[in-house]
Amino acid sequence: MSASELDTLKAELLEEVARASDLARLEEVRVGALGKKGRVSGLMQRLGSMPPEERKDFGQAVNAVKMAVSAALEAKHETLSREATAAKLAGERADVTLPVREGPLAEGRIHPVSQVTDEITEIFADMGFSIAEGPDIETDFNNFTALNIPPEHPARQDHDTFYFAEGPDGTRPVLRTHTSPVQIRTMLANKPPLRIIAPGRVYRCDSDQTHTPMFHQVEGLVIDEETHLGHLKWVLEEFCKAFFEVPEVKMRFRASHFPFTEPSMEVDIGYAKVGDEIRIGEGDEWLEILGCGMVHPNVLKAVDLDPKKYQGFAFGVGIDRLTMLKYGMPDLRAFFAADLRWLKHYGFAPLSVPTLAGGLS
Amino acid sequence: MKFTLSWLKEHLDTDASVEEIAGTLTLIGLEIEEVVDPSKALEAFRVAEVVKAEKHPDADKLQVLQVDTGKETLQVVCGAPNARAGMKGVFAPAGTYVPGLDFTLAKAKIRGVESNGMMVSERELELSDEHTGIIELAATARAGSPAAKALGLDDVVFDIAITPNRPDCLGVRGVARDLAAAGLGKLKKDTVKPVKGSFDNPVPIKLDFAKETKDACPVFAGRLIRGVKNGPSPDWLQARLKAIGLRPINALVDITNYISFDRARPLHVYDADKLAGTIRARLGKSGESFAALDGKTYKAGEEMCVIADDAAVLGLGGVIGGEDTGCTGDTVNVFIESAYFDPKRTARTGRTLNIVSDARFRFERGVDPESVLPGLEMATAMALDLCGGEASTITVAGKPPRPNPAFRFDMTLINRLSGLALPHRDIRRKFSALGVKLEGKTNVLKATPPSWRPDISIPVDLVEEVVRLTGVDRIPATPLARHSGVAKPVLTEGQRRVRAVRRLLAARGLVEAVTWSFVPHGEAKHFGGGAPDLALDNPISTELSQMRPSLLPGLIGAAKRNRDRGFSDGALFELGQAYRGPEPDGQYTAASGVRFGHSSLDGHGRHWSGAAPAAGWEAAKADAMAALTALGLTQAKVQIVRDAPSWFHPGRSGAIKLGPKVTLGVFGELHPDTLEALDADGPMAAFELFLDNVPGAKRKGTSRAALDASDLQSVRRDFAFLVDGDVEAGVLVRAAAGADRALISDVSVFDEFTGRGVPEGKKSLAIEVTLQPRDKTLTEAEIDAVAEKVIAGVAKATGGTLR
Repeated sequence: MSASELDTLKAELLEEVARASDLARLEEVRVGALGKKGRVSGLMQRLGSMPPEERKDFGQAVNAVKMAVSAALEAKHETLSREATAAKLAGERADVTLPVREGPLAEGRIHPVSQVTDEITEIFADMGFSIAEGPDIETDFNNFTALNIPPEHPARQDHDTFYFAEGPDGTRPVLRTHTSPVQIRTMLANKPPLRIIAPGRVYRCDSDQTHTPMFHQVEGLVIDEETHLGHLKWVLEEFCKAFFEVPEVKMRFRASHFPFTEPSMEVDIGYAKVGDEIRIGEGDEWLEILGCGMVHPNVLKAVDLDPKKYQGFAFGVGIDRLTMLKYGMPDLRAFFAADLRWLKHYGFAPLSVPTLAGGLS
Repeated sequence: MKFTLSWLKEHLDTDASVEEIAGTLTLIGLEIEEVVDPSKALEAFRVAEVVKAEKHPDADKLQVLQVDTGKETLQVVCGAPNARAGMKGVFAPAGTYVPGLDFTLAKAKIRGVESNGMMVSERELELSDEHTGIIELAATARAGSPAAKALGLDDVVFDIAITPNRPDCLGVRGVARDLAAAGLGKLKKDTVKPVKGSFDNPVPIKLDFAKETKDACPVFAGRLIRGVKNGPSPDWLQARLKAIGLRPINALVDITNYISFDRARPLHVYDADKLAGTIRARLGKSGESFAALDGKTYKAGEEMCVIADDAAVLGLGGVIGGEDTGCTGDTVNVFIESAYFDPKRTARTGRTLNIVSDARFRFERGVDPESVLPGLEMATAMALDLCGGEASTITVAGKPPRPNPAFRFDMTLINRLSGLALPHRDIRRKFSALGVKLEGKTNVLKATPPSWRPDISIPVDLVEEVVRLTGVDRIPATPLARHSGVAKPVLTEGQRRVRAVRRLLAARGLVEAVTWSFVPHGEAKHFGGGAPDLALDNPISTELSQMRPSLLPGLIGAAKRNRDRGFSDGALFELGQAYRGPEPDGQYTAASGVRFGHSSLDGHGRHWSGAAPAAGWEAAKADAMAALTALGLTQAKVQIVRDAPSWFHPGRSGAIKLGPKVTLGVFGELHPDTLEALDADGPMAAFELFLDNVPGAKRKGTSRAALDASDLQSVRRDFAFLVDGDVEAGVLVRAAAGADRALISDVSVFDEFTGRGVPEGKKSLAIEVTLQPRDKTLTEAEIDAVAEKVIAGVAKATGGTLR
């Protein structure tokens, strides 16, 4: 075979490679050229029957054809593969603008009262307070008498109490009107020093625009041998700053009267109203937020603590009210309506757990 | 409690401004509810003199006035018949808003004559309904000066809230004393002087009580004034009463009202000519009744203190007087009562009969027992002054109860409880201003509270006075001692669990609700509650009348309301208390959830990727189990039994148990009867977990057990069993798992099938069994041996055969 014939063969084969329109055809071309019985392979087999002096040159020439065709096949294979994949992918096109399900973490919510209770807990835990609990259905003794509210005391009428039928002992259980009976339970069960808060549901027989028959309070109690009003003031100021997440708060302590504390005070917090928004820590308006005082000696006596030795303070705050103030919720009644629109809007994401390290809100 | 600035200044010598007085009152515990300056509303109205009055050229009933406003003379057209030259009245210039007409005056031409304002009537100022003519002021009023002053309407009115421990501040003098003690002026000397009687009191008074009840009215004093001329009280007295919202009646009655608010000392005046024989304070008798001053007739109970004469009950002591014996304009002889009534009995009487009166308000809080005679003398002096007549001697029956006795007071208690360090001189000055007598020179003193302060009886009461009058603002904030080092965790295990379950359920897409602790009785009953000892005696409505036995009725109601609002699919949960009995251990903590419409962990409602399934037992069980898993209880550790309560679908519900006795929770689809009882529509599935029943974690330290992960390849084998239709998967899985506890590490159900190829009444359950070799790789023979044991075990437990 002459050199020019080899050139022709090479040209033919390269032409076939170039014309192959898909991978299957390219494979046929490869087999036809380089396969065992292919045209190039056939030439190689002829090498053995050639005189040695020709063998070398011919061998080199055939090998050059083989290399050229192989290279062309490889390049063409890559091109065709890429085209095939592209064609396949083109057929797999999806509408990626379709919205996906948001998933349970986006759907679920924590009720604001739960979230704020966690916030309050976080702050007081840092100051060494633990969380005390008590039942909603209370004895008359724990809710009133032990708190220095004897049967004829006018404060009983102010409490709008829900009563149950007389029990076997002749007294009527009540739905607790405040979280203060938890003070009594705590002091009866534990010896000072005590630092507790007691968040929970409380009940008053009252319902209008701004009152609901059930709401939430958190009680605070510190009993030891030296805690005085200055400590109470500090605790409340620190709490308000931490809770409302402001560097400074203005607080006003007004003398007041509660049977279970003496001296007793109501506490106002300074705020400014900007549009519909209430800004704590600014302005000159006052808003009442809590009642507090030094635990009355009669309360200490009721739980067998000697008022000459032990003393301390107590306070009570409305959790719902704190929540409304901090997060700008206008209507208390909506807290208990379980309206999904409200819960989704004002509720908290499941994993936004308040911490002091990461911030409360 | 209302009073005016001028009234206060009768008792208090002070230069303090209205703002200072109001601010101080609030800080010392007499909280300001409102301060009203009536002159503010009348600022634009000025005194003006009519200089000339001429008939209007074009109208018979109108006059054209020239009025001197103090600055200029203006022409005003006026229709009032009493308008005339030389009179002084109230002028409103153009541009003034006239409240009684509800419009703003403009310059106008009235029938062609220019008018530059208006002379106003009382009705136009909303002072009264008087509209027959314009206001006529005294000739001394100066043109151009504020009309409010000329009208006596420039007295600022304070309204303060009085806490129940401060009956002394239900009189202006008490308020003045407190302000003086707070350093806002000086209490003026009392001007009440005794009036000597010129004849013997002819009205006998008797206290007619048994020994045990004589504290109902321990003292009763009275005297007669004869020959009075009763009628309207003078302007100053009427103005004061009106300013605080009281209606003047006649001079004698007005005097008692005045003293009630001036001295916190209620009195009563009787028309003596309508009394018969002896006046008695005694307890009521059954069948007695009387017509009271409020126009109603009341029955006098046997526990109530009444005032009676020989003929009838005249009134309820300390609460309300009688209509028949009251003083009228015709009264000539008046009998004045000044007594002390027991606070508790007075409160009970008022509450029983639902009578609200200024007298009751004061007596039930505690009137100064030593004000009996001074009050009577003050009333006498005022009556003689305003109505003339002649006073008798005073008759006193009984004697006033003793005020709180003296007690030892250690001055260091002030610092111990308040942190305040005040000079003793300051403290003594405050107590002296309050009327508290201190004796002794060391720190430990003898303190005698004044008779008007029933709230002061123990040392801490005096600490309160010092703190109140000093102000908490002066107390330095003192940091509470911190535990050294990092703050310790404080939550109990129960509290941690509640928090964990709450976050977990929210993370599963449920929205937390807070629903009422009380539900309608019928709903409570449906959920196994409704016991009489959990029914409120005085519910706010029947909808909120019974303590809830479960959180589910509230949640189902909430789900229904949301569906009614257009949320057809969703999931709610609540974590809170429910009640099995009134005792503390009858309250339990539940975590409950409801999925409604189409809802599962993936989401709610329709979606292009596939709609959520109808809320079913599977989703409810998954929620419940996920919560339990968060508390350390896996499905392998609990048993599922068909033991859910009646409000669930009997075939599609279950109870999650830990052994035969402990129920951890229940789940399932709701019974159609439940949905009907709560007027709700399905599909709805619910779960309820009883968190108190979940056993505590047996945690010892923080170290975990070592990881048990074999290097040897685990082997999985699938089995499909044909079993009877009522065979439960749980039983089959337990049987398979029990076939070789050493090797079988997991059994899961991957198919449940009935239909083609499965005979009627049977079902196919397919399980995947995982074998975990420990020491060496399993041979085929060993694997086959285990498979045989699985097949045999399942056959034995369920009768199932390999498909």
